[in-house]
Amino acid sequence: MKASRREFLKLGVAASTALLPLPALAQGAAPRVVVVGGGFAGASCARALRQADGRIAVTLVEANATFTACPFSNAVIGGLRELSAQQFTYDRVAADGIVVARAMATAVDAQSVTLADGARLPYDRLVLAPGIDIRWDALPGYDEAAAAQMPHAWRAGEQTLLLRRQLEAMDDGGLVVISAPANPFRCPPGPYERASLIAHYLKTKKPKSKLMILDAKDAFSKQRLFQAAWAELYPGLLEWVPLSKGGAVTSVDAATRTLMTDFGRHQAKVANVIPPQKAGRIADVAGVADGTGWCPIDPVTFESKLQPRIHVIGDAAIAGAMPKSAFAANSQAKTCAAAVARLLTGATPSVPKLINTCYSLVAPDYGISVAGVYQPSASGQLAEVPGSGGVSPAGAPRATRAAEALLAEAWFRTITDETFG
Amino acid sequence: MGRTLAAAIGLASIAAATVASAEPPAGAASCSGCHPASTRVTSPVPRLAGRDQAAIVKAMQDFRSGQRAATVMDRIAKGFTDEEVQAIAAWYATQK
Repeated sequence: MKASRREFLKLGVAASTALLPLPALAQGAAPRVVVVGGGFAGASCARALRQADGRIAVTLVEANATFTACPFSNAVIGGLRELSAQQFTYDRVAADGIVVARAMATAVDAQSVTLADGARLPYDRLVLAPGIDIRWDALPGYDEAAAAQMPHAWRAGEQTLLLRRQLEAMDDGGLVVISAPANPFRCPPGPYERASLIAHYLKTKKPKSKLMILDAKDAFSKQRLFQAAWAELYPGLLEWVPLSKGGAVTSVDAATRTLMTDFGRHQAKVANVIPPQKAGRIADVAGVADGTGWCPIDPVTFESKLQPRIHVIGDAAIAGAMPKSAFAANSQAKTCAAAVARLLTGATPSVPKLINTCYSLVAPDYGISVAGVYQPSASGQLAEVPGSGGVSPAGAPRATRAAEALLAEAWFRTITDETFG
Repeated sequence: MGRTLAAAIGLASIAAATVASAEPPAGAASCSGCHPASTRVTSPVPRLAGRDQAAIVKAMQDFRSGQRAATVMDRIAKGFTDEEVQAIAAWYATQK
């Protein structure tokens, strides 16, 4: 393993020498980095760039004045939390000396980013952190109009509130259906945390109701832990239908809130369709997304494998074994910032090591987690360090689950403070 | 021999971190996802900045061996070598 890391270092030197233009700092100019997307990846990266080297002029391009966080948005849907607790402004980011351009990026070329008003932002290095877009063409019947009837709530905000309102308006005894997509998608344990917290709401407020998860997969993140908790907390209320039992949704009818599978049809009182996804739109515009809709990157620098001097971080990136999570996005952002700072001075980036930790709530006082440590592998992917990582222990006492629920909230306070506070 | 070289690389990166102190060693930047960088945050997870280097190293060793009870740190500590833990601990000890 040590040998392969050294081999990798050598490869890294060769690759970066080949790709490097004249480093901006070597030319005496203040290097310009533009970051597109102000989520956990982009905002963290903008800040980390300023911390790494105060000479870098950083511009953060973000269309929204307020960021609405997805982690813990399932608690909003379950009535345990208000959406305002998920929302953050860019005031403190701007106070770090970062220019926050509140605009939509519409075009990218090798020198600059164009904004919706026609303004051009020249860059020496560009970081794209666009998160996800919904693939509106992937599930027959599920378009933007359908999402107003059958919310996805997979980008937090109005959709989150819509799903919550539908649950609140539903009579006791109704059927709630969640459709979960095939891999890869944002937040692998997310659909199952959502199912858990909706089940908690139903058990508390509408106990004659049922919840069904129609899944396009036969396995999912933290599966044994979720299923053990469901059997304990929500027996008879929550049913998971895997791919092999007819779980894959093949089309939907929004007008009747009906979900079709190869095995039958399910008419729901409330339907949450979590559809197939792809990298946010600007990734496609910039030419950094491949045929999968996601963005292949170098695991040392997060530089695109398709376009030089453009880096991709967060959910949009193909980050090997790293999941599409807020923790991973923040971890990648800091790694990418360190690499970009080095590349701008003509130095060789260090081989990184990254961490991910994801908590899920099964109930307000019942948390479970998955953690992993990642490093670039000889095959040029981010791979899990052998022997590391894993999920919370099976059969742990409720005190452990309660402790992890508190740690989940502490994690949210910590990461949102680092990113926006 | 591989181990000696690896150790030398580890020492070199500690020296580099001490001199330049700007760039965190491999893995260190990820810690602040849970360990607050700021004193503003209320968390049961301790801040690492300014902590004693030997104490951080001991904690990581005990998490890895199972000597110390953990929720996630046992799983994370197993992803780091002794050299990496030394470098991370040395860097955090110099942070404010």
